[in-house]
Amino acid sequence: MDLLSLAIKAIFIENLALSFFLGMCTFLAVSKKIETAFGLGFAVFVVLAITVPINNLIYQNLLQEGALAWAGLPNVDLSFLGLISYIGVIAALVQILEMFLDRFVPVLYTALGIFLPLITVNCAILGASLFMVERDYTFSESVVYGAGSGIGWAMAIVALAGIREKLKYSDVPDGLEGLGITFITVGLMALGFLAFSGIQL
Amino acid sequence: MASEARKALFEPLVSNNPIALQILGICSALAVTTQLSVALIMCLALTSVTAFSNLSISLIRNHVPSSIRIIVQMTIIASLVIVVDQVLKAYAFDVSKKLAVFVGLIITNCIVMGRAEAYAMKNGPWNSFLDGIGNGLGYSVILIIVGTVRELFGSGSLLGYQILSPVSEGGWYVPNGLMLLAPSAFIIIGLTIWGIRAFYPEQVEKPDFEMQNAHNTAAHGGGSH
Repeated sequence: MDLLSLAIKAIFIENLALSFFLGMCTFLAVSKKIETAFGLGFAVFVVLAITVPINNLIYQNLLQEGALAWAGLPNVDLSFLGLISYIGVIAALVQILEMFLDRFVPVLYTALGIFLPLITVNCAILGASLFMVERDYTFSESVVYGAGSGIGWAMAIVALAGIREKLKYSDVPDGLEGLGITFITVGLMALGFLAFSGIQL
Repeated sequence: MASEARKALFEPLVSNNPIALQILGICSALAVTTQLSVALIMCLALTSVTAFSNLSISLIRNHVPSSIRIIVQMTIIASLVIVVDQVLKAYAFDVSKKLAVFVGLIITNCIVMGRAEAYAMKNGPWNSFLDGIGNGLGYSVILIIVGTVRELFGSGSLLGYQILSPVSEGGWYVPNGLMLLAPSAFIIIGLTIWGIRAFYPEQVEKPDFEMQNAHNTAAHGGGSH
């Protein structure tokens, strides 16, 4: 039950895009069409669901204070190396995933296209790993959190793309055209998502 | 100052602002702006990281094979961010607690990466350094605007000093709690972009679909005010 409520929290209440503003650059840049938004959202979901648990293992077994006790070094605290290890894991994993998909699932590879390499510098991915460390999730919690926040992000970008596809037919004031009106749309969406806060299972 | 250097330093401030025009580095711009003091520290951190990453990447730009340049840039940026993070933890622990994960997220802040890739790989160290400072300041301008509005109207204070005395302490101002929540940041940045584009009409984006002529003139008349 704890895991279920964690999933609900990751998807709706603490939506990475709409309440923590993570992955905003790609969120705004790649949300003009529903199909591309869906492809990117799916790629983010896959990468999040894999990297968060792996970074969790690295943190628990290598970096945390006292984590190196199994190697006979109980007093070593490597947590300052966290940032560089997480981003290294993410970059390496995205690369491996790309090669794996290219070899075994070419359909998905062509569908995701340029989005895969872009994901390395998506703050949602690194952000989720950092939140995982900050909140001290266990391994199973980190699996649920990674997958849940991926679903939440994907849902938000598909919803925004849907709104923007309609929005392009409307008559927007000159200075607001494009980026400005998108920001305000996202603001209103975030306002909608505030309604989820306080839901408890 | 040479004109190239001046351009590198001052152009990103308003006319080529990284947030408002290049759509870079928006994540942290929104999340750390509920208090002006926190936003200022964030500006300082980001400006120094951008400047020094531009400097070091520009110094080694002729020695890095282009196939591995991204990972080299990543390593440099990540190391600089670790330094900033440790400095903040040592000298400004309270603020570093409030910034939480967002200091770490400077690594993936597109401004740093984008300027390294777009400017530092092609220009000399001094100009790249100035370009880093310029873009950091351009980011700071937006952060300071958003931070000021959110703190002033959200809690009636600026930098922790009470400006508008709130009702809870016998004053007249009812703090607008919405300003402290996520949605207001999006809307304030949207309106800021509108303001900038009112002064720089060449930044206005073309709509995907043209309206009929009669509507078009009406829209232009309305937009120019």
